[in-house]
Amino acid sequence: MSRTLLTGNVSAAWGARLAGVDYVPAFPITPQTEIIETLAGWIDSGEMAGRLVTLESEHSMITAAGGAATTGVRVFSATSSQGLLYAMEMLYTVAGWRTPFVLVNVSRGLSAPITLESDHNDIMAARDCGFLQIHCASCQEVLDSTLLAYRLAEDTRVRLPVIVNLDGFYLSFTREPVEIPAADAAAGFVGDFDPQNARFRASTPESQAVAVLGGSPYSYFRYETHLASLNGLSVYDEISAEFSATFGRNHPAVEAYRTGDADYLFVMLGSFATKAREAVDRLRDAGWSIGLLRPRLLRPFPEESLRRLLAGRRGVAVIDQNLSMGKGGVLHGELLGALYGHPQAPPVVASFIGGLGGRDISAEEFYEMAQTLRQAADTGRTPPPRLLYTRDELREIRKLQAVAHQEREELHR
Amino acid sequence: MTGTKASIRRMKDLPSTHLLGTGTPMCAGCGGLQALHEIYDILGEKTVFVNAAGCMTLLSVYPFTPFRGSWLYTAMASSPAGAQGIRDALDILRERGELPAEEDLQVVVLTGDGAAYGMGLSATSGAMERDLDFIYICYDNEGYGNTGQQYSGATPHAAKTATSRGAHGFAGYKKDLFSIWAAHRPAYVGTVIGAEPLDLAHKIETVKQLRGPRMIIALAPCPTGWDYDPGESVNIGRLAVRTGIWPLKEYIDGKVVHTRIPRGRLPVEEYLKTQGRFAHLFAPQRDDALLAELQARVDAYWDGVTS
Repeated sequence: MSRTLLTGNVSAAWGARLAGVDYVPAFPITPQTEIIETLAGWIDSGEMAGRLVTLESEHSMITAAGGAATTGVRVFSATSSQGLLYAMEMLYTVAGWRTPFVLVNVSRGLSAPITLESDHNDIMAARDCGFLQIHCASCQEVLDSTLLAYRLAEDTRVRLPVIVNLDGFYLSFTREPVEIPAADAAAGFVGDFDPQNARFRASTPESQAVAVLGGSPYSYFRYETHLASLNGLSVYDEISAEFSATFGRNHPAVEAYRTGDADYLFVMLGSFATKAREAVDRLRDAGWSIGLLRPRLLRPFPEESLRRLLAGRRGVAVIDQNLSMGKGGVLHGELLGALYGHPQAPPVVASFIGGLGGRDISAEEFYEMAQTLRQAADTGRTPPPRLLYTRDELREIRKLQAVAHQEREELHR
Repeated sequence: MTGTKASIRRMKDLPSTHLLGTGTPMCAGCGGLQALHEIYDILGEKTVFVNAAGCMTLLSVYPFTPFRGSWLYTAMASSPAGAQGIRDALDILRERGELPAEEDLQVVVLTGDGAAYGMGLSATSGAMERDLDFIYICYDNEGYGNTGQQYSGATPHAAKTATSRGAHGFAGYKKDLFSIWAAHRPAYVGTVIGAEPLDLAHKIETVKQLRGPRMIIALAPCPTGWDYDPGESVNIGRLAVRTGIWPLKEYIDGKVVHTRIPRGRLPVEEYLKTQGRFAHLFAPQRDDALLAELQARVDAYWDGVTS
């Protein structure tokens, strides 16, 4: 099979094109714009059927996406960061409508301070809204996950929207060799969209998304959404197995890298996990018994798989590219919730925060985290959560602060 | 308007069968519901109403609806975007031959003034600039009615609301939404009121035959928000027109035309004194200065009207 050099963004656009989407409500935001520009180009040139409409905000974009999906067409959209948060009200709303469509989020740090570079606070903010979440570590995965996401979203046991997440810059603008599936094979895998009762027709009037009175009906529909999301775990396993059989690429709900005999594990999401993979290789070379777990599904959260894969380890280092102010790393808390009270749970689950706003995590830092983890396992004392920051970085920020102070004094002289 | 023939000339031509169901949780005497009844009778059931947060969100409460056609509740700010998604999807299905013409629907946005004058204005502007083929109905009760009548961008000067209880009422002035909408040059903008059903029916008939953005503002006398007896709603609606407070007009083919120019306009205080929200203009002392200002504003408006 031949492979083509594609950015993560163009891979996402290919995913939408191969899924045969009918409708793309759009709104531009860095670093997502290449996705909608690519789709607009294909639609304008006639290479791709479908209609792209630019709305005046992401809030409206997600409303239009939900409106179209409730009328019975296949919908794709994409955003990032501030846009995802601007749309937050509608993320909850359209998930409650049980509209199956796919939204790509190109992860980027949140304001303030405003930045363009990547971290996961945006996608974590959407954790509880009802969208399922698939997190990607490569451009190939972005394309493949978009196809998987349509199957997942439209499955009658799920019927919920799905977010496919890729990291801004690190994936969105990085070219990697990507195998583009043949159009007929992709179409065969995704299948036609069956809107079921999500439709508006003159002869069969529907009231969708009506109000409820009281906590009882409200709870019922919210529980149903939760249970449908949980169904996504087994549905995902089925369709990823089918995907693997069809295209020869396996994308399990949790990627396990060199974990078989590992005493220690890194746990990470997204493209930075490829840095962890590299660190695992180097540490293995140096005699370490260490591996990596990378959940691809964050919602539904593959708790059982994670429990099984983490059972009996000496220590786990969870590296979060997000920061819940006043609490810490979100994935760390999620993992502890999955492990607590289980007899084979690792005694030490350490938390590290890194990679905020595009900040790199160096190989040396991975080695340092491994050392910290081993020490903790030896002493049986879990270290306090660590915010990764080097002495050099601190010196650089002190210089910037000195310049700022100096300039202000000049101004006030 | 070009070439459409009104089938409704007299009151007895108005539809005698009513489509909107009864038993909704709207307040007794709701002027918005009155207008909606009249509008729905003409638009008919081949419609999907796209609703924004407001009083009328409670029209459809699981598992009941008074609509014979379809309904989608969205959120406060973005119902025109919901209409965009539905219209686009219907068009896609039409083009693909998967939706026969008789299955197609008119997409109708239904919002209060809170959404129309404020939070939803950006989405409305976007829908008009994209020339969306839809109808927008704003029931304007001049305040955030569903939450207890706090002042909104539609509240008139001097009205007391839950957030303007001071001696002089609301300090601001009602936003000219008609002109803001008309500045987008949509297919149609019209003002209506349920108390003038013939004028309303003409306008909705017109709207039904046009394409593109068709925008309607219905002044909605509100017994609970404006503080008057529910039995007075029709009377107050008529007074709003006869005092010149609520001009009945339409923007069409690039021109604004008044569909009713009140001859021998009644003094505005005839309208104001019917409502508790303006009671402070009359008691304990008459506020002659403020009454004169309100009258002068209405006079100035009509002085500028030529057609």
